[in-house]
Formats: sequence, structure tokens, C-alpha cells
Amino acid sequence: MAVTVKIPTQLRAATGGEAEVEVAGSTVGEVLDAVFAAHGDLRERITQDGDLRRFVNVYVSGEDIRFQQGLDTAIAEGDEVTILPAVAGG
Amino acid sequence: MSIESLKCKECGAAYELDARFACENCFGPLEVAYDHTSLDAAEAKRRIQAGSQGIWRYADFLPFVGRPGDPLEPGLTPLLRADRLAERLGLDAELWIKNDAANPTHSFKDRVVAVAVAKARELGFDTVACASTGNLANAVAAHAAAAGLESYVFVPANLEEQKLLATGIYGTNLVGVRGNYDDVNRLCTQLAESRPWAFVNVNLRPYYAEGSKTLAYETAEQLGWELPDRVVCPIASGSLFTKLGRGFQEWLDLGLLSGELPVFNGAQAQGCSPVATAFAEGWDVCKPQKPETIAKSLAIGDPADGPYAVEQARTTGGAIDSVGDEEIKDAIRLLAETTGIFTETAGGVTIGVLAKLAERGDIASGERVVVYITGEGLKTLDATRDRFQMHEIDPDLASFESEFEQQEVAV
Repeated sequence: MAVTVKIPTQLRAATGGEAEVEVAGSTVGEVLDAVFAAHGDLRERITQDGDLRRFVNVYVSGEDIRFQQGLDTAIAEGDEVTILPAVAGG
Repeated sequence: MSIESLKCKECGAAYELDARFACENCFGPLEVAYDHTSLDAAEAKRRIQAGSQGIWRYADFLPFVGRPGDPLEPGLTPLLRADRLAERLGLDAELWIKNDAANPTHSFKDRVVAVAVAKARELGFDTVACASTGNLANAVAAHAAAAGLESYVFVPANLEEQKLLATGIYGTNLVGVRGNYDDVNRLCTQLAESRPWAFVNVNLRPYYAEGSKTLAYETAEQLGWELPDRVVCPIASGSLFTKLGRGFQEWLDLGLLSGELPVFNGAQAQGCSPVATAFAEGWDVCKPQKPETIAKSLAIGDPADGPYAVEQARTTGGAIDSVGDEEIKDAIRLLAETTGIFTETAGGVTIGVLAKLAERGDIASGERVVVYITGEGLKTLDATRDRFQMHEIDPDLASFESEFEQQEVAV
């Protein structure tokens, strides 16, 4: 499944300034692994011991993956995966 | 000036004092760091007491390079003894209500917004914006108007009518988003990447949040430079709750106060209680929820400072409790009829949790307890509708007397 992953400004130093990355994968975990394969610095910044860090939010087409199956959330063709800092608001 | 850098609360990485909010290394929240090594406690107290009649009297502890200014200066709200409320709750305690509805737009959000708008001007922004559950919307629209800045205010479209009306009137760009607060917040986080605006609770959040410390400073000053034994405070994102702790701790560290941090009790609505749930379950992260509560100003399902709020409740020996919608309505009435203070649903949540603590026997005899009322009852009138009856009569004595015939006339 080909998907677009939106990279927040805070992480673009690790993607050479790119705001979007096109990768393939059938779950969020696979998609993120594909992103890390292309941009190795990202792995440590948003994950810890194989899990997302506690202030990282990931959305699949606008829906927080914690309301779905987390990293096992399935990806459909044309979905957009968005990574955002969780520390806004309130 | 004592403002030093922005520092990541998770990994300690330091950043320049510009408009940013998340750490590039670990995504942790950034917080303003100060250098107070040259501060003299007695001199600082004198400066405070000779200062303005609002939050700028605490400017030494706020995140500015120059002296902050704001035509709608909030703060110095009443701290009132609530003996009749204590009695109704069966408490033998020194109970105080900090009525922070008594601010320019009737909620504690005036504090954080005054700081954020002044910082936005210092950083050279001409437009401010926010993601809001209502009170913040009122405050951003008003403070932007007073400062002559453009503003964009994003709220869930289904907000209480009173809060929409009390925002739009200031001439802001009011945007009702078809979604809940967490949807609004996500949208604003994305917009903050591309728009050259100061989103007070996104890219300016480290500065904005510092404004809540003034509630701690005021409490201590109004108690004669002493600390409460316990505080009861509502939790939405957890920012106010944790900054109250930071405010007290700073003054303890700098010698303006002595003693130890109060016990921190947090209050959430059952229909949106991710922080109370994390506390009860012993988690160090908050599992997000889809809010379903009349306490819309607390309806944040994915609270940014939730983990820190849980930690603060634990380390001070406190707790985070939640109450249901009916308890919230009862508590609004209880506060009104024992203190003359009419609060919105968030205050109902806080008083409801106070009642729970009293019932559980958590509050010891003689404790000094400060309860934070953060918003005004006129903003959530629906919550009061079924709580009393009006006596409707004809304009004559007989009609009055027949309505009240069961009551003896006192001579």
C-alpha cells in the first residue's frame, strides 16, 4: 500500500527538509519502518524500545491510532499518515 | 533579565527563546528556563508589593526580555474564606475559594493569554490564534482586540452558545470546527506549521503556560506569604495543575516561601477523565478518550500535560478524582448557595471532587485548603436549568400569600 507520511517541522532536519515521505506498508508499524529505512535519524527521535515515545501522536487519515490498533492499525490505499507532537493545546 | 532558554522537560535539550514548543530530539514539551541566581528574596517581595494590581507584579518570574504590558491586565482575583461551604461538607478545615472567574473575560485563561499575547508582540507577531474549548477563545479574542492584533479562534462547532457569543463579539475570526477539541487541536498544530501566527497554546505554549504560575504566586501572597496545605484544581490538559506546582516550587527554591509543596488534588469529569484514569491505574501515560461531558471546558481527551499531572498528584500525596454530570450540577448549586459564587461546569467538577474528598475523609482537621474556581457560571447556563423553581404569581398580595402560605411571616 502506497501512503504519504506527513513529517512535522520539528523532524524535518532528519528528512533533509522534506515535509512528506512516500512509502509503502500495510500497517502503521510497517509504514514507520519504511520511513526509518529512508531516514535513519527519525527512529530514535520518535520511538523508544520499539514503541512510540509518549509525546508522539500518529494519525491515519485524521484518526489517532490509539483509538485504533496502535502500530498494528491497518493502512488502506491512499491513506495519509500524520506524525505530530502531542504537547499542544489546553 | 532572568529568562535563559527553552528547555525540554524530557531530555533537557536547550533551545533559543523563539516560537517553538516541542523538542526536536524526543518531541517532549519545552519549558522556559530562568536564571534567578542574582535574585534576592526580600527585594523580590518588595518589588512585587510595589507592582501593578495584576499579574505584571510577578514580571520577574514571567518569560519576557523586556517589561510586559497588556491593556487588559488580569489577576489579583479574590481569595475568599468559605466557612459555610466547609460546614455543609462537614469539614473542620480552613477552606478558601480562589475565584478566578473575576478576570476580564471571566476565566483563568486571561492569565495565560495576557502572557502569550505580550510575548507574541515581543516576538513581532501581528496575528494570534488558538485551539479552544471556549474560555480560551473568549480570552484570545478580547486580548487581541485590546492589543490591536488580528486573531483566529478555533473551537468545536457545538460549543455552548454563551461561549460562542462572548467570543465573536470581539471581532475575531471565529472558526467552528466540526469535531471535538482534540480534532481542533490537531488541526491547529498542523496550521501552526504553515501560518506565520502565534498560536498561543501551540507554538507559544511554553510562554503561555507560564501565566498559570501567577495563580500560585497570588495564592501565596494573599495568604500572607504562606502555602496552603492542599489545593484542589480542575484538570483539562493538566497545564494549570502542573504550573501551580511549578509556581509554588519556584518560590520555595528562591526563599520567598518556606515549607513544602501542598498536596495536589486534581478534578476531572467522568465523561472525560484520561488523567484520573491514568492515576487510578498507575500508568505514566494517559490513554486518550472521546469526551462526553457537560464540562466542555475540561473536555480534552488527549491531555498534553497529563503524565506530569499524574506525577505531581503522586509525589505530593494527592489524587485525581472524577465526578459525573449530575454531581457537577449539584456542586454548582452547592457553591452558589454557600458562597455566592456562581461557577461554570468546570467549577462544578472541582467542587464535586472537593465534596468527594470530604466524604472520603481525606481532608484532616485544621488543614488549609485552597480550591480553584476557574470560570464563570454565566458561560454555561444550561447546567443550572433544572436546579431550582421560580414562583410565578399575579401582581397582588393575595397571590403572593397563597404561594407562600405555608411559611410563617417573621416579625
